[in-house]
Amino acid sequence: MSTALRVEGLTKRFAGVTANDDVDFDLRRGEIHCLFGENGAGKSTLSSCIFGFYRPDKGEILLHDQPVHIASPMDAIRHGIGMVHQHFVLVPEFTVLENIIVGTQRSGWRLNAAEARQKLKGICDGYGIDLDLDAYVWELPVGRQQWVEILKVLYLDAQILILDEPTAVLTPGESRVLFDIVRKMCARGMSIILITHKLVEVMQSDRVTVLRKGKVVATLDRPETTPDELARLMVGRDVFFTVTKPELAPGETILAVEGLSARGFWGDAVLKDVSFSVARHQILGIAGVAGNGQKELFEVLCGVRRPAAGSIIFKGEEVAGMSPRAMMDRGVGHIPDDRFREGLVPEFSVAENVVLGWQRNPKYCKGPLMDRDAITGLAREMIGEYQIATRDEHVAAGKLSGGNAQKIIIAREFLHASGLVLANQPTRGLDVGVIEYVQTQLLKKRAEGFAIVLASEELSDLFNLADLIAVMFKGEIMGIVDPRTVTVAEVGVMMAGRRGETAASKKRVSA
Amino acid sequence: MSQLFQEAIIISILASTIRIMTPLLFSAMGELITQRAGIWNMGVEGTMLTGAFAAYLVATATGSLWLAVLAAVVAGALMGIVIAFMTATLRVDHFIAGLGLNLLAGGLTLYWFQSYIQGRPQPIFSGFQDVAIPLLSDIPVIGPVLFSQRALTYVALLVVPVVWFLLYRSRYGLELRCLGENPKALDVKGLSVSARQYAAVMLGSAMTGLGGGFLMLGFSDRFLADFTAGRGWIVIVALIAGNWRPKGVLVAVTAFAFLESLATHLQVVGAQVPHQLLLALPYLASIGLLMGLRFRSGQPARLGIPYARE
Ligand SMILES: Nc1ncnc2c1ncn2[C@@H]1O[C@H](COP(=O)(O)OP(=O)(O)O)[C@@H](O)[C@H]1O
Ligand SMILES: [Mg+2]
Repeated sequence: MSTALRVEGLTKRFAGVTANDDVDFDLRRGEIHCLFGENGAGKSTLSSCIFGFYRPDKGEILLHDQPVHIASPMDAIRHGIGMVHQHFVLVPEFTVLENIIVGTQRSGWRLNAAEARQKLKGICDGYGIDLDLDAYVWELPVGRQQWVEILKVLYLDAQILILDEPTAVLTPGESRVLFDIVRKMCARGMSIILITHKLVEVMQSDRVTVLRKGKVVATLDRPETTPDELARLMVGRDVFFTVTKPELAPGETILAVEGLSARGFWGDAVLKDVSFSVARHQILGIAGVAGNGQKELFEVLCGVRRPAAGSIIFKGEEVAGMSPRAMMDRGVGHIPDDRFREGLVPEFSVAENVVLGWQRNPKYCKGPLMDRDAITGLAREMIGEYQIATRDEHVAAGKLSGGNAQKIIIAREFLHASGLVLANQPTRGLDVGVIEYVQTQLLKKRAEGFAIVLASEELSDLFNLADLIAVMFKGEIMGIVDPRTVTVAEVGVMMAGRRGETAASKKRVSA
Repeated sequence: MSQLFQEAIIISILASTIRIMTPLLFSAMGELITQRAGIWNMGVEGTMLTGAFAAYLVATATGSLWLAVLAAVVAGALMGIVIAFMTATLRVDHFIAGLGLNLLAGGLTLYWFQSYIQGRPQPIFSGFQDVAIPLLSDIPVIGPVLFSQRALTYVALLVVPVVWFLLYRSRYGLELRCLGENPKALDVKGLSVSARQYAAVMLGSAMTGLGGGFLMLGFSDRFLADFTAGRGWIVIVALIAGNWRPKGVLVAVTAFAFLESLATHLQVVGAQVPHQLLLALPYLASIGLLMGLRFRSGQPARLGIPYARE
């Protein structure tokens, strides 16, 4: 097989960080080549350099064994390289068609949509992609927006396609369709660079290049490797994929939610008739693609958003509509999904963040003044206990890595919570090592007798930790299932909007 | 009051609404183009003032009104380069760039004005006169209101559909709106974001400057300090009230002009209202409007946010 693209000795530095360090990489014609590595390993940076979006500090790129100079995405496009970025680069206010043609027309004043439409029809038919070209992108579900991104690239006649974590926003079913289409592309002679940090996806490729801390660790033929070996290469040590969860009998109910509804900014229903309960020693997992009401649910539960209807009983007391401060005082801990925007004040120091929200507590203040010594003492204690990697407690929290930032939030919330912890996507974007740590911490709280509500897009998190899994879709609960009796695929189908049986109702039938 | 007098007053109110409106319309359509490209240019007031001053300078120096119009356009475009340099190249906060520009324009025009007249009584010029369109201007009511106006007024009214076509039917418009919504979407297609922002801001500011020039050439014969008297800020309010759409902005500008015209006429008629209050009417309405407005669906998503690739 001939080489479509080769990268030699590519180095890219950002202020202080070497994102790619002397990387060698080659892509054969017609193959799916996985770039595999943890968050921050440098996968996106490498692909952005190939696409001409970033300018490498050193190194060469060869196409069909000819050195080429790719100074901008324009050059890359001219050479038939297309890239689907990790985060959507779409204009929600434009239609699908407008998103695809914007910036591609080279002559004439008037928009020439007819010709574009013709060409796109051909592409869609060829690959079996079914997409309304005149729909506005904001109308499309996230999963379908990914097709717009892919059509943008196909429209420009790409021969080499870079897909940067394309399945992050897809349900398992949608991911399967994506892989089918990617296979079709290969069959037509296109070459694919697929970036992922999910093992199941790596195992569907032809070859794998593992990146760790900006360096290539290995390039392997996929049939000759195993998930265990890849995981070890990715992290640089052995990892255990399942933390052990002891069987614990649930105690009394801590949180009972009944018929909860809430409205969004535009008055749209973002939560519809949500009901569930969590008991002592129990973790309730919330599964679902992000943006299906998880965030709103957590906001209502911790008092940030007013419910439109329904009741929330916490330890026997009706708390619906109470202020966040009242909820904190009652012992609700909250780990929000956006660490640096909602969980922390990035400009504040580690110490200030550890005490954030509790500065009124007499333990940490002297009248109207903050008690510096008490706060510093607390921060040092937390840095030790939660193994927060920081020079000292005065460093701005925003300077810390995602994992260490998360540890600050966990430390603060765990310190004050009594009875209930709400954790929204607590492992999102973290390294495997830290994920393991967060999982262990949550299980520790469960053993202590806490009730925990845990939302995660990673089904592995939920199957490892949860006692029950509630699946959310468009603000509704599609069913509450028992992870011991349900498969990942079944949960995947519910995530896409199919109603499932609830474990509770099953029990009632058998009783 | 006699029937005839009432009718004359109404016609006069409407005619002066159109008169007041048109300079603002140029500036508002210019700012619309600028903001649709993602640049929140707060320097409208300064740009209009500079346009007005350039027009005054050239009108009195050469006696040619059309050269003066050209001068206003060029002055506006130059202000546009300054804004584009600060926002697209240096990535300064857009508000700070615009406010700085206003201060600069206020100071510089006065300085130039003083050194131009050098203590002598200031020269004056005679501005544009009404051009009655034959036949159409004879239609009762509509004729005097719409078809007996300054030449540039007709152009201003045409500018609205032209800008609409540019934004929504041309490929440049699609690219321009993309700049405001998500500049990265253009960048990944290999197009230069900053080159397009320069172009948009220069075009927009040229139109804004033209608005100031028209204010001078159509309705004055001399330059005064703070000549534009807050009209640039009204333009920004009109943009928000018009939800960043050409038609909406047209309606907002018309409403403002109507209020101002009404206020002036009520004074003439001798209504029992303090005239300071009447003069403040359009501005009070704008403040009320801004406080009441939560509807900002048309605001470009990346308006005012500097774009950087890395
Ligand atoms: N624009 C940027 N500016 C500064 N540092 C960056 C930038 N993009 C990425 N980095 C850093 O480079 C490293 C690699 O990041 P990235 O390529 O995004 O990794 P991956 O895609 O594998 O998760 C990380 O340490 C990240 O913080
Ligand atoms: Mg990445």
